Amino acid sequence: MENMPILSITIFLPIIGALAILLMARGEEEAIRKNVRHTALITTITTFLCSLGILFNFDSSATGYQFVEKAAWVEGYNIDYHLGIDGISLTMILLTTILMPLCVLTSWRLQNRIKEYMICFLLMEGIIIGVFAALDIVLFYLFFEAVLIPMFLIIGIWGGDNRVYAAFKFFLYTLIGSVLLLVAILYMYNYAGTTSIPELTKILPNLPLGVEKWLWLALFASFAVKVPMWPFHTWLPDAHVQAPTAGSVILAGVLLKLGAYGFLRFSLPMLPEASHHFQSMIFVLSLVAIVYTSMVAFAQYDMKKLIAYSSVAHMGFVTMAIFTFNHQGLDGAIFQMISHGIVSGALFLCVGVVYERMHTREIARFGGLTAIMPKFAIFFMIFTMGSVGLPTTSGFVGEFLTFMAVFKVNYIMAAIAASGVVLGAIYMLWLYRKTMFGEIKEECKTMRDLNGRELICLSVLSIGVIVLGLYPNMIFRLIDVPVETIIQQVSR
Amino acid sequence: MKENLLAALPEIVLALGAMSMMMLGVFYKATAQGRMSTVARGSSVLIIIALAALSYTVGMKGSFFNNMFVMDGFALFIKAVLIFSAGMVLIMSNHYLEKNSEKIGFEYPILIMLSLCGMLMMVSANSLLSLYMSLELQSLSLYVLAAIRRDDSKASEAGVKYFVLGALASGIMLYGISLIYGFSGTVGLDELKQIISGSTELGNGMIIGLVLLVCGLCFKISAAPFHMWTPDVYEGVPTPVTAYFAIVPKLAVAAFLVRLLFDTFGSFVGQWQDIVIIISILSMSVGAFAGIWQQNIKRLLAYSSIANMGYALVGIAAFNESGVQALLIFMVIYMLSSIVIFAVILNIDVRDSDGEKGLEKIEHLNGFAKNNPITGMLIALVMFSMIGLPFPPFAGFFGKFFIFKSAIESDLYGLAVIGVIASVVAAYYYLRIVKVMYFDELGKNIRVNLDLEAHSKLIILMATLVSLFIFVYPGKFLEYAAYAAHNIF
Repeated sequence: MENMPILSITIFLPIIGALAILLMARGEEEAIRKNVRHTALITTITTFLCSLGILFNFDSSATGYQFVEKAAWVEGYNIDYHLGIDGISLTMILLTTILMPLCVLTSWRLQNRIKEYMICFLLMEGIIIGVFAALDIVLFYLFFEAVLIPMFLIIGIWGGDNRVYAAFKFFLYTLIGSVLLLVAILYMYNYAGTTSIPELTKILPNLPLGVEKWLWLALFASFAVKVPMWPFHTWLPDAHVQAPTAGSVILAGVLLKLGAYGFLRFSLPMLPEASHHFQSMIFVLSLVAIVYTSMVAFAQYDMKKLIAYSSVAHMGFVTMAIFTFNHQGLDGAIFQMISHGIVSGALFLCVGVVYERMHTREIARFGGLTAIMPKFAIFFMIFTMGSVGLPTTSGFVGEFLTFMAVFKVNYIMAAIAASGVVLGAIYMLWLYRKTMFGEIKEECKTMRDLNGRELICLSVLSIGVIVLGLYPNMIFRLIDVPVETIIQQVSR
Repeated sequence: MKENLLAALPEIVLALGAMSMMMLGVFYKATAQGRMSTVARGSSVLIIIALAALSYTVGMKGSFFNNMFVMDGFALFIKAVLIFSAGMVLIMSNHYLEKNSEKIGFEYPILIMLSLCGMLMMVSANSLLSLYMSLELQSLSLYVLAAIRRDDSKASEAGVKYFVLGALASGIMLYGISLIYGFSGTVGLDELKQIISGSTELGNGMIIGLVLLVCGLCFKISAAPFHMWTPDVYEGVPTPVTAYFAIVPKLAVAAFLVRLLFDTFGSFVGQWQDIVIIISILSMSVGAFAGIWQQNIKRLLAYSSIANMGYALVGIAAFNESGVQALLIFMVIYMLSSIVIFAVILNIDVRDSDGEKGLEKIEHLNGFAKNNPITGMLIALVMFSMIGLPFPPFAGFFGKFFIFKSAIESDLYGLAVIGVIASVVAAYYYLRIVKVMYFDELGKNIRVNLDLEAHSKLIILMATLVSLFIFVYPGKFLEYAAYAAHNIF
């Protein structure tokens, strides 16, 4: 177990699964579909087991990176195939590997080009795990950019009516951010002569503040688009609305976390002075995101769009918490990332459930679903509460810590941010009331309650929401040491 | 004498080979198709022999033929790539040539060999005189190649256009050469370097001469603002010729440009760097923006090649060893991707109400991936790689990575930022090809038939595997490029 390259295995297992599906023999349509689905499910579940293996062998009290693998990649140029994880990456990897099998299950009955679909999802899983496990900045960039390709195809091929526009917007928006990141990476590489993240973390803080600021802005361009922070968020509602359900789940659940992860891994430790310098800017942008997008969410008539805007608001809490530079803040940010990954993923699944039955996401066309879909109503309630941040759900812990942290820095900002919770409660409860209570709409009467697959998906996630809400320590235990390290690095 | 001949062995093989193939073509009694396939095969074999002959020059360093001809690691690297890619183009044109042997003369492979010979000589040119001669040998062959479809008015127009503009560029260049000669009294690059090494700044006459010379060379590599001919010519000429234009000649000219600017005029970098930076920025922007509106895939690839030459010029503008290295890496990777895409395009037949023809319009690719999943995926991957996304097997990311790295090393941050932003703009049209293939439905009343014959399959496989090798294990390849770059800087 000691010498097994478990991270590489976890990264390449889904990719090998994708290749297997690609090379699957031609034959009868239905038989192929069955094989493809089963291969994808088995691969994702095995990957999940792998990540559990990592979790059990992980030493949460050790500082530094674990399971480190290093092999020369670009020889003579100090660019290595260098992997390793700390508690933060581990929680993100777990989030990814838990969501992926659920995505496969959600897409079980897909008819149109299921082969390519599953290939895209499996590739994406491998790439995302790669982003979180990379300890070489070029390798990180490689995975960070490559993730655009499967997502572009998922939105563009299996999306809604306006899918081409959404796919292009998503792709070009994120690309322009990441190319600036590339320039910054090249500068760092040229300055430090190495691309190893632990090395850069030691060398880069010596840069003069003027240079640091430019680098920080280049990094910010990339991560802020990914998060997305206001005003770079406009691609998100389009992408979410057009993407197929599983695509939205991954987009909200994991892809948005790449940006926040970037802040935690690069901006804070490598460019501490600039991070302090831009703290107030981040606070203001996050506040606008929290208040403004919450209000925008309230004005939506499309369920997915509403949840998409709520994602922007929730990620606003995350960025704000990250830039408080204190322990509660970072704990809260990471916890909020996990919680938001689960809750918003689950909410998109719920929207997918009703969309599959009614082929519309318009809020006004639903009503009184509690009477005909009681099981669904319970799950939807749990996730709505999770999104609102009710105590005993995971949403509460993250938001509570965030407010505590922000309060230490600036109590006015904290007060404004807290209003975001109220707004969140307004639009989420309004959504719940409109769709679940009241008169049963005529066209809703034929809707069936959850089937087995949907029940599995939603129960897994709802268990996650409640368990994390009741026992948040299971996350804090993992991230305690890396958070402390980041705080030391940023307060130099 | 023997040493001189050995140094130029590949060129000699190609020149003699071209003559003998010409004789064979004239006196060989057979149908047009039979003659074409014999000559084409013979030429392919001769190109492979030339590649083998190149091995005699490995490790050679020095000048030959009274300082007219230079051979070093840099020239060796470029020549190997040129011969390899020309051979690839010739082999993948096979399908098209045999099908259109009535309309395209058997001269096609012979002209390819002659122009290749010119390019090889140009890479080794160590005097403005031998440069001009080799450049004209190359250009004249290319003019004829462009106009080889005598029955097609569009191709003839493109040929004439190319000839007129090309002759103009040659004239400008010749004027530049004469100015340099007039002000320095020599055409040899080594002597020229010695003569100007005494002064700290170039005189006006030399500067004008150099600028005119660079303009002429930029015309040949279709860098903006000398790019006007490219889209029209690419669109008009037969597709195998487009493939040849896009893949091979630019590297040769770029190589000479590097030799001229880095070696001969290296100490006057302050005086020429801005010119190269501006040309590079213009090419990247023109290539990125003008490509957006194109409907014809060959025109689109023309703009793509303009933009890519802009990136290559970033390596020259950087004026450091890693710049040369990056240029070589970038061009080779671009070449491999282009080989794949042209090999596919050459094998696509479109049948609609007007009859059967080759692939022209982008919209003909609508829904292409549905019926051709593997080929569609391959094209999509090439497109993503041209954008610069790091996704195997095509290594476009490394090309851009090293190009911009060299710019950063020389503190050209603005150039690097403009470059990456232009690449985002260009991403739009590359993505459009992915979009029509994957997102759109099959076109009605139109049948797109992909019939990959064995040769093309082999070439696609080879180019893909080489790219994959570069991606997974870049060390070795970078080492070769570094060796070549070290020779010039």
